[in-house]
Amino acid sequence: MIKKTLISAVVAMGLTGSAAYAAGAEAHVENYDFSFEGPFGAFDTNQLQRGLQVYTEICSACHGLKFVPIRTLSDEGGPQLPEDQMRAYAEQFEVFDADLDDFRPATPVDHFPMSGLETAPDLSLMAKKRAGFHGPYGLGINQFFKGMGGPEYIASLMTGYEENPECAPEDFSGYYNKAFPNGGIPDSCKDENGKATVEGSWISMAPPLYGDDVEYADGHDASLANVSMDVSAFLMWTAEPKLMARKQAGFAGVVFLTLLSVLLYLSNKRLWAPIKNKED
Amino acid sequence: MAGIPHDHYEPKTGGEKWLHGRLPIVGLMYDTIMAPTPKNLNWMWIWGIVLTFCLVLQIITGIVLAMHYTPHVDDAFASVEHIMRNVNGGYMLRYMHMNGASLFFIAVYAHIFRGLYYGSYKAPREVTWIIGMLIYLLMMGTAFMGYVLPWGQMSFWGATVITGLFGAIPFIGDSLQTLLLGGPAVDNATLNRFFSLHYLFPFIIAGLVIVHIWAFHTTGNNNPTGVEVRRTSKDEADKDTLPFWPYFVMKDLFALAVILVVFFAIVGFMPNYLGHPDNYIEADPLVTPAHIVPEWYFLPFYAILRAFTSEVWVVQIASFVTGGIIDAKFFGVLAMFGAIAVMALVPWLDTSTVRSGRYRPMFKWWFALLVADFFALMWLGAMPAEEPYATLSLIASAYWFGYFLVIMPLLGVIEKPMAQPETIEADFSKNYAPKTGGTKTLVNPAE
Repeated sequence: MIKKTLISAVVAMGLTGSAAYAAGAEAHVENYDFSFEGPFGAFDTNQLQRGLQVYTEICSACHGLKFVPIRTLSDEGGPQLPEDQMRAYAEQFEVFDADLDDFRPATPVDHFPMSGLETAPDLSLMAKKRAGFHGPYGLGINQFFKGMGGPEYIASLMTGYEENPECAPEDFSGYYNKAFPNGGIPDSCKDENGKATVEGSWISMAPPLYGDDVEYADGHDASLANVSMDVSAFLMWTAEPKLMARKQAGFAGVVFLTLLSVLLYLSNKRLWAPIKNKED
Repeated sequence: MAGIPHDHYEPKTGGEKWLHGRLPIVGLMYDTIMAPTPKNLNWMWIWGIVLTFCLVLQIITGIVLAMHYTPHVDDAFASVEHIMRNVNGGYMLRYMHMNGASLFFIAVYAHIFRGLYYGSYKAPREVTWIIGMLIYLLMMGTAFMGYVLPWGQMSFWGATVITGLFGAIPFIGDSLQTLLLGGPAVDNATLNRFFSLHYLFPFIIAGLVIVHIWAFHTTGNNNPTGVEVRRTSKDEADKDTLPFWPYFVMKDLFALAVILVVFFAIVGFMPNYLGHPDNYIEADPLVTPAHIVPEWYFLPFYAILRAFTSEVWVVQIASFVTGGIIDAKFFGVLAMFGAIAVMALVPWLDTSTVRSGRYRPMFKWWFALLVADFFALMWLGAMPAEEPYATLSLIASAYWFGYFLVIMPLLGVIEKPMAQPETIEADFSKNYAPKTGGTKTLVNPAE
């Protein structure tokens, strides 16, 4: 299920040039298999609903989804909550209404609340702004089959917390995470060139998931890996809600244009045949 | 120069004659679409249609996107997300517009290098070439400003870096930069003027495209042999050419359809492939991305810009001679624009009497090296500014200038060209000889 693949920062320095890890930290991103990868990949509705649950019960304590309208939870190609459930879901949030000059319960047309904690980034686009795959040789062609690598990054981050490596002082601020590329690294974990000797870096977010953090209504196993993958899939949907419609449109485009190409090829061949002194 | 002899539009009905006497627009369209075209054109002559398609695609998708976009620093990023989530088909419009820009540049580079290889810039086609270079410059300006509009991190910092280049110009640099930005830094005024100009430039490009087509319809197309169409009589011209419609329209449409298969596969299955993930982070003037990289189509020139640091002796000499007016930063800017300028001047730098690279045995190799050099620069532009990339960038930049300023003028003198075919007809029938042993009649009277 989980392929052990190390996508190093060296590979990440691609044609599109994401050499974002100038400090020399290499981050460990596992290549999880998600249902929505590849040209024919599709979101797993149940997984998106489980991911929504994880987001609601855990992530939303600090993080927001300010670009996502709540009504889209019922949309085709998303978690597809039934209308009444979606309305009930909306009511748990309080939003400020400028017209009332007061707070009121959210309605489906409102967006998810913004991050409650100032230092917690908004998660709407996290799966697209942390794309991790640029191979092979930095060309990024593997996105075609593996997706951008953003959900893999999120899942790797959720499962990437480890005990401080031996080189680090006990009181170094933050939590060691082998998937986090841009955090602080103690000097004692760098070699003489200033290059990190450990994977990843220190992140200020405390480990949010441990496994069995939520109880799934469908009895799905809530191990750390599963919970992490579910919330990552959900965040891919929040980042790219039209992913399935887009792939369908792309597929139709490819099929019809291929057909058109064949017809144009034959027409062109026939048109030129007398000029080129060939049988048509 | 007299045009290639061909049949002109003759109004037949009374209505046609009435209109033709007042506005010969049908005649203009007829002459344009039926233009006599060398019949030996190869597959590298399809990019013009692809480019025209790209311009139309970008204008149409762009106009609709502008209906939903908000050019304000507080709302721009959110309005793009609104397009992606709430506008009907908005995600498709935006992804086509984004990737359409890349297709546009792939096509323009193929078109330019085709011109460079087959000598399409040579007399009498210098004006076509110069107009093409102007179009290319405007395309770069348009693409750069368009990339700023989503107001992501790369938008903001790309704008900061590139407008900073203009600030490096001595004496007027600061004023020029302020004028470009509409203030001391990249801010709302910048976003607004970039949006305005991003909407304007494509129409200037469209105007120049018409002039570009007018120019090469006056001189006639170049062709893979570089041998001109015979113009002494219509009979001979007809043996060298075919009307653009239907022969080249069908051929070009076929090529376009194949290219669009790939285009739709990218738009549908990996639309962010050529973009930078950081641009999904809203612009933040207080956080600088670790690595600011332009879009792929700017990378070769970005590499040239960065290659000339203060440690390079040419830069040191220039700085010494000019009393420090030309510092390393300004030298880099000069080099970057110079790299495009030498390309624009190639009609006068190429001294060879032979037009097509096909008959130039030495030129071929130098040209192949130039193409490799272009890709090397593109790769180097994406690499961090450290060794060994800095030295490699310098070597690659040196070759770019060396090719245009030294090799092109010298080759014309020392190279011994191969024999060229007498006529386009001769070249064509070499590949498509009439069937021997039993002639095939095109129209069989028995049927």
